[in-house]
Amino acid sequence: MIELKDVSYSYGGGELLSSISLTLAPGSFHFLTGPSGAGKTTLLKLCYGDLHPTAGRISLFDEDVRAMDRDAIARLRRRVGVVHQDCQFLDHLTLAENIALPLTVSGRDVASQQANLADLLGWIGMSEQTGSLPPQLSGGERQRAALARAVIMDPDVIVADEPTGNVDWEMSLRLLTLLVELNKMGKTVLIATHDLNLIRSAKAQVAARVLRIRNRQIQLAGADL
Amino acid sequence: MSVARNLLAILRGDSDADRTVPPTGFTARLTLFSAAAMSFLAVFALALSLATGRLADRWSSELARSATVRISAPAGQEEAQVRAAVRVLETTPGVASFRVLDMAEQRALLEPWFGPDLPLDSLPIPQMIEVIEDASGYDAGGLRLRLQAEAPGAVLDDHTRWRRPLVRAADRLRMLGIVSILLIVATTAAMITLAANAALAANAQVIRVLRLVGARDVYIARAFVRRFTLRALSGATVGTVFAMLAVALLPSAAQEGGFLTGLGFQGAHWLWALCIPLLVAFVAFWATRLAALSTLKELN
Repeated sequence: MIELKDVSYSYGGGELLSSISLTLAPGSFHFLTGPSGAGKTTLLKLCYGDLHPTAGRISLFDEDVRAMDRDAIARLRRRVGVVHQDCQFLDHLTLAENIALPLTVSGRDVASQQANLADLLGWIGMSEQTGSLPPQLSGGERQRAALARAVIMDPDVIVADEPTGNVDWEMSLRLLTLLVELNKMGKTVLIATHDLNLIRSAKAQVAARVLRIRNRQIQLAGADL
Repeated sequence: MSVARNLLAILRGDSDADRTVPPTGFTARLTLFSAAAMSFLAVFALALSLATGRLADRWSSELARSATVRISAPAGQEEAQVRAAVRVLETTPGVASFRVLDMAEQRALLEPWFGPDLPLDSLPIPQMIEVIEDASGYDAGGLRLRLQAEAPGAVLDDHTRWRRPLVRAADRLRMLGIVSILLIVATTAAMITLAANAALAANAQVIRVLRLVGARDVYIARAFVRRFTLRALSGATVGTVFAMLAVALLPSAAQEGGFLTGLGFQGAHWLWALCIPLLVAFVAFWATRLAALSTLKELN
């Protein structure tokens, strides 16, 4: 599904990631952890085609990322839902329109997906706020909305970069529950986080594997977590 | 093919794509104003080139086919020389017709210069003969020699002396008009590119979000292209209508000014003016599309 082979990435002078090999199998649940600046975000960006590796080979859904043009990347985004720590919306559109945006831009008929959209809003517990504008939402609401937006196209993979970075513990658990539910529906989940408590809570609910970036390399973290 | 499809898509409209980019107030009005002003100027440049084109054509065709024989002879010999010149003209191949102007006509010709009460009788006015050539034309040099032999006071003036510089000037004016239209079109393209770039820069966050959720570049570009094309089209329509009104209300100089007549549109030429809004919309479409696609390509 997502496969990295001997992948390196350097910014200007220094090498940030070196010779990383990683395979995300369908239906797997991975955490990516490591100190700030270790390259978690960079590794995620490599996984959804936002960055190209400086060395090595990445294949996303059996397609070499170097061979993909901008349109292919755009189509890839419909199969990989992305949630950022500082999730951005179109501030002049309502919550419902923002969540339906992936449908709109891919030319799907939004009207026929209204039931889906309502289900999704209920799932994230925001049925009451459909008409709100993004600037009126709290941090936790924005994160849940971003998650709903990431899954409305029914993607195969969900990539989340510090999804709980801006929210309190209770909301973090709620988001985690949503991600675990998605994984149980068969979606591949990859979450970057430095929150070890979150990882521990997840391990109680799902067979999650933990990848740690250390010294530009990736390691499978042991049972110490 | 894809151009036609794009233009059609623009006309049909895509309210979803349109809504993804937030509306803007002030820059939109500036684009409208620029398109209107440029179209206004373009209509005048067009009127100028069409009118001078007409002028050049008329001068070269009408004047080329007519010539004048002027006879200034000492008193007493005049009539004999006119008769001699008429005999020469009658036997010249290539002369379709000729006509000896009478006093009243000659007075009318001189009136604009000397006023209506000119005592022509007391002045030594040369006799004029208007000569019209046929399609094959006559040999001006041969006619001059024969006239010189038969009527020494006769001078053939085939108008080329003053016609050529006038036609040259009119041709040059027409070219200046066309160059002006090209410059106006290029300036419009430049202004719309600048406006589109400003809009793209102002909406960088919108573009990032759209890319993140899987929008293709063409989709994002379309939202901007449609907006700028419609703005340019409506601005240009307003500018063109005002300019056409201004041209239509130009005071007519047909009676008094003879060859200065009609610095406006005539007949089907009005339709050319109506092409200007379409041209501006076409330019806006491509300027915005190229600006948007190249900006998007530079992102990440």
